[in-house]
Parts: sequence; structure tokens; C-alpha cells
Amino acid sequence: MSNVTAASTKEAKWWNGGKSPFDVEYGKVMMWYFLMSDAFTFGAFLISYGTVRFSTNGWPDPNKVFKSFPFAPEGVNAPLVFVSIMTFILIVSSVTMVLAVHAGKMMDKKGVVRNMIWTIIGGIAFLSCQAWEWNHLHHEGAWWGMNPFINADGTASTTNFTNFFFTITGFHGFHVFSGVVINIIMLIMTLMDKFEQRGHYLMIEKAGLYWHFVDLVWVFVFTCFYLL
Amino acid sequence: MSENTHEHHDVIAEIKKVTIILSVLTIIELILGFWMIGITAPGFRLGIKGVIIILMMAKAFYIVAYFMHLKHELKNLIMTIVVPLALFIWFIAAFLSDGNSFRNLRNNYNPYFKAQSTIKVEAKEEGAHATQEKGGAKAESKEEKKEAEHK
Repeated sequence: MSNVTAASTKEAKWWNGGKSPFDVEYGKVMMWYFLMSDAFTFGAFLISYGTVRFSTNGWPDPNKVFKSFPFAPEGVNAPLVFVSIMTFILIVSSVTMVLAVHAGKMMDKKGVVRNMIWTIIGGIAFLSCQAWEWNHLHHEGAWWGMNPFINADGTASTTNFTNFFFTITGFHGFHVFSGVVINIIMLIMTLMDKFEQRGHYLMIEKAGLYWHFVDLVWVFVFTCFYLL
Repeated sequence: MSENTHEHHDVIAEIKKVTIILSVLTIIELILGFWMIGITAPGFRLGIKGVIIILMMAKAFYIVAYFMHLKHELKNLIMTIVVPLALFIWFIAAFLSDGNSFRNLRNNYNPYFKAQSTIKVEAKEEGAHATQEKGGAKAESKEEKKEAEHK
């Protein structure tokens, strides 16, 4: 008898049920922790880019590198135009994702399906833009280990610029791609009434967290490579 | 049900508000970016870049707080996510100043590095020959560097 009470007072030091400390579902907490680790990965990439850029005397001018536009005549000078379209595509797809999450909370299956379809279209549009840009830069002679662009001050550049650009936008593009795949799976599960049977649309919320994180990373990548 | 629809309108209004804020911030960033193209004064450029970084942080805040719903979570959850990310302040300060110090050291003590970054090269024509020309230009600039070293 005395043994049992001793054990229970010992256990009482730890949280064992009752009010949840975070008040969110397990999977959602884990998604947050995954996103945090991913934020450190992206942060490591971007900080190493910043460090190398700070340790170099010259750097190519992004307005001279990213000045092309699809279907425009050769030699067109349109800095920032194409990338601003890509940015707005991602912001809009993020908004439709929030609307899908909200529709899920209201148990509105039609709203979820409609907004998920728009989000997937936005993701595919972004990937297409990126594919065009990569292809165009590759035709200009830029790739990992190849940099045809000279520094802004007219001196010879190193391949650091293209190495970082393709690695970081590539890693981000891979995240967008996996986000689109996750969203398509979520759409199929919604159409199969999986979430109606479960009684909640928490999976849509978790996919939404991932998708917003992809948008968040683009905010940083866009600023660091195209604006600064 | 009436409470539910009331909440529904609140959420939709918040989404609209945040969408407008994010779009406006992006447009300001782009205007600053276009403006910066014609500016050459380094101090002024640095100031604009600072403003762009502040706008970037504001956008990040709105996405995480409202779209990812973190602002409406319990404080415990907010803290376990935000506090570890505070390490970034140190990472950025330490690594960028390290890079800067490395550049200064190389400029002071490595004449080859210094010479390499002062030689002007011709901008290459766009097109299929870009890679070949790049190789040629590289070899040329290497020779020039050697000459510079001999002097």
C-alpha cells in the first residue's frame, strides 16, 4: 500500500494527462517541429550564401542576370518582372490554402476541394516559372560551376553566385514540388470522403502548415537573391 | 450556428486583411528594388537594402502569425517554436561579420586576391557561345593577374 502511494507521488511530478500543454493535435506539433528543423536547413544555406558574399569583393548584379521574360524578344531588359509574378503566384496559392484550411474547419467539403485545386494550380504554375527560368539561365551558360555573368563593378566573377543560386532555389523548388504532391494526395483523400469519415480536416491543416512554410522560405530566397 | 457564421466572417476578414498587407509589402519591396537599379551611392543602397530586409521580416511575421495560425496558439507552443529560432540572430551576426573580416584580411594580406578583384573584364554577349567565351575570358584574366603579380 505504502509502495503504491510512493509511486504515484513520484509520477505526479510529470504531466500525465489532463489539460494538454499545447492544446493542438500531436501531428500538428510534429509538423511544427519538422518545419523548425527545415527552417534551420534553409537558414544554414542562406547564411552561408551571405557569408561567402560578404567575403568576396564583387558580386553579379541581379538586375542584369534576371532580366528576361518568357516569349519576350531576345535581349529584353525587364529586371524583377518575372520574379515578381512568381512571388505573387505563391502568395495567392498561400491564400487559397488558408481558405481551404478554413473550409475544412467549417466541414465544408466543396470549399476544401475548390481551394485545394486552386492551390495545386498555383504550385504547378510556380514550378513551371522556375523551370523556365532555370532553362533560360542554363542556355545563357549558367549552371553549377559555370558563371557567365560578370560582377556589378565590371570585374571577373567566381562561380559562387550560380552555385548558391541553383542550390538554394533548387532546394526550395524541391519543397514546392513535394508540397504539390502532398496537396494532390490531400485533394484525393478529400474527394474519397476520408476526412468526412474521420470527422475532422486536421490533415488539411498540416498540409497547409507545410505549404505556408514553402511560401515563407520564398519570401527570404526572393529577397536575398533578386532584391539585395 | 449563428455564432459559427459570425466566427466565419471574422476569419475571412482576417485572411483578406493579411492578403492585402502581404501584397502591399511585396509591391513596396519591388518599388524599392526598381528604384535601387539607378542608384550607385553605396551608403544609400545599403539603406534601401535595410528597409527591404525590414519589410521581408514583416512579411514573414504575417505569414507565420496569421496564415500558419501561430498567433492564435497557446503561448507554450509559440515559445517552443520562436525561442529556438532566436539562435538565428547570433548565426547571422557571427557568420556575416566573419565573412566580412575574411574579406578584409584577404584584401590586406593577399595581393593576388586584391589584384584579381580589380581587373575589369568584358561583358559577354548572350547566346550559345557564352560558355566558350567564358573559358577564354578566364584564361585571359589569369594571364593579366600573373602580370599584375610580377609588377
